[in-house]
Amino acid sequence: MTYRAFRRSAALAFAVVSVGSLILAGCASNTGSSNGATALTWFINPDVGNADASKGGQATLAKECSQASGGKYQINVQLLPNSASDQRTQLLRRLAAGDTGMDLMSVDPAFSTEFAAAGYFAPIPAGSESDFTQDRVQSSIDASTFKGKLVAVPFWANTQLLWYKKSVAQQAGLDMTKPVTWEQLIAAAQQTNKQIGVQAMLYEGYSVWINALITGAGGAIVKNPDATYSDIQMGLDSDAGRKAAAIISKIATSGVGGPAVGSSDETASLNLFQSPNGGFLVNWPYTYGAIADPKVKADVGAAIYPQTVAGTASRPPFGGIEIAVGSKSRHVDLSYQAASCITNEQHQAAYMAASGNPASRKAAYDDAAVLKAFPNGIAALIRTSLDAAAPRPLTPYWGDISTALQQRFSPPTSVTERTPAEAQKFIVDVLNGKALL
Amino acid sequence: MSTAVSKPLMSDRARSERSLGWRLAGPAFIIMLLVTLYPIAYAIYLSLFNYRLTDPTGRRFVWFQNYITALGDPLWWQAFGVTVFITVVTLVFELILGMAIAMVMHKIVIPRRTLRTVVLIPYSIITVVSAFSWKYAAQFDTGFFNHWLHTLTFGAFDLNFNWFGGTWTSLTVICLSEIWKTTPFMSLLLLAGLAQVDSSLEEAAKVDGATWWQRFTRVILPNMKAAIMVAMLFRTLDAFRIFDNPYVMTGGANRTTTLSMLVSNETINRVEIGMGSALAVLLFVCVLIIAAIFVRGFKVDLTGGRK
Repeated sequence: MTYRAFRRSAALAFAVVSVGSLILAGCASNTGSSNGATALTWFINPDVGNADASKGGQATLAKECSQASGGKYQINVQLLPNSASDQRTQLLRRLAAGDTGMDLMSVDPAFSTEFAAAGYFAPIPAGSESDFTQDRVQSSIDASTFKGKLVAVPFWANTQLLWYKKSVAQQAGLDMTKPVTWEQLIAAAQQTNKQIGVQAMLYEGYSVWINALITGAGGAIVKNPDATYSDIQMGLDSDAGRKAAAIISKIATSGVGGPAVGSSDETASLNLFQSPNGGFLVNWPYTYGAIADPKVKADVGAAIYPQTVAGTASRPPFGGIEIAVGSKSRHVDLSYQAASCITNEQHQAAYMAASGNPASRKAAYDDAAVLKAFPNGIAALIRTSLDAAAPRPLTPYWGDISTALQQRFSPPTSVTERTPAEAQKFIVDVLNGKALL
Repeated sequence: MSTAVSKPLMSDRARSERSLGWRLAGPAFIIMLLVTLYPIAYAIYLSLFNYRLTDPTGRRFVWFQNYITALGDPLWWQAFGVTVFITVVTLVFELILGMAIAMVMHKIVIPRRTLRTVVLIPYSIITVVSAFSWKYAAQFDTGFFNHWLHTLTFGAFDLNFNWFGGTWTSLTVICLSEIWKTTPFMSLLLLAGLAQVDSSLEEAAKVDGATWWQRFTRVILPNMKAAIMVAMLFRTLDAFRIFDNPYVMTGGANRTTTLSMLVSNETINRVEIGMGSALAVLLFVCVLIIAAIFVRGFKVDLTGGRK
């Protein structure tokens, strides 16, 4: 054999070996870790620990449940993007492509209906339904149900509260022990020259606010969420819709929403609330833990979400995360076992205390660590608020409806009593392919 | 038509050369057809449906309804206007700046390599990275734009000016970033054209007493017209598909959506495959029209090099 021929065959052998080991490595990663456990992939939304398993976030639950499974499965976490819309896009692309690695997913309830309707979720195993709905707040079960069937496992359940500065409420003579209305809040803010933090940027959070205002007036953005797009009936062009528009317009144009109301998300509105100008804020429960200044924190109180119509109980926004299992997953049964472990009472309470994300299980609200993280009756208030909370319309088209809604209601200073009717027409056109979004 | 005449007279050698050519290029040609023609044909087919990926049962054949909807929608025309605006503005500035840089590179001898490398740096940066750099540079909280303008105007410029608060200011930053990034590409193409200009022509003009401007407009430019046209064609087609810069900087807010962003929004975010495909086909047709205008209208010869 000449030297050149030897070199060529050596190179060929090297190439064969390296390609072969790549293929083997590719197969190996499917069967799991060294101890023989089946590898499950959990796509988690960012939280307190992200991919770090030492902070008490979803990564910690993944680790604890892997250990508790006794070597049956090993959950690996994959972090999703920050915004709910980007999370949806990434999950959707994988699900639509038939990715077999979509074992467990943390899904925003606003989009779980869309995925469930498309058949992307594996059906809940018979007999597990009672386990997954056990002790859960009703709003979390409602949000995980599509066409009368449970499609995902309620994990944590979010709701917005009305946060206020006790000093400001006192100065305005507002009795915060009783539910207050948006009208009262606006008047109090004007009287004390303080501002109300709301979310009215062009993003999902704005739809959350609009939906809460409309449901609070007894209305619904979508009257028949189960319908297909051609038969859908919208409820925006209604008294409830016009009441919501009037409140948005008043907050935006009277200046009580702050100078940058049209670009305020949760963080911006929280910053406004913490500033000396802040008086009131509607925001998720993480607010309390996020207030850094102890002087401000001592002055902060929480109350149930404001009423759209005086005397009609408000319907606070519902949020949170559900655990879903992909229909193309190779380990559906194991994944549902893992989901059961992730959402058990002990883990939900621990997760709530560590991450500040409220549990969907009622028992968690009596947990000592939870009561320490949410003191002064805030834990009980969250629980009450969750009972009254209304999810966003559980229609497969919510993504489009929400975007169209935000566009037509933006900037909030331009909202008039005609806005709901215009938005409704636009949404129907978009759904029927007669307008671009 | 020389080929038509010579065809029946083709010699055996020419025929075997042709068949060899087909055998050599054939496989590549077939693969090209598969990877380009098939997706294009599939997109055209899909564009005739009202089809949402998450709602397969709702799929309906609607003929050309998607095209009618798109072309009758204000959003399409707004995106079209923004895209044309960005294309024209960046092309004009890139042509002028690129020409100036090309002439400097052509004349300067000493640090020639270093100069050419330095000029190319912006072009070698990934568009998304440059878009983020320009975004942070222009934002009022993290950026230096406002501070510089504030100092340069002796305090007249508002430190809290929000560049991304309005359509025109957003487009200004987008265009600046685009010009900064792709001018080097333009100047390199123009430099190649400059190198083709016969220096004796220029010297003759000089001897005849032509001024610098006369030499530039009468001798240099006409002689590098082909290079300029090729550079303009490439840049126009490229600029017309702009996506990264506005996507990163504004996300399409304040009416800064471009056609490519519209297509991506329909297909990727809304998974409206039918409408998205229709928009993609329309964008493709726009690009074809631009290419046709350049090739036919300005007689750009892409294969012949000069003239």
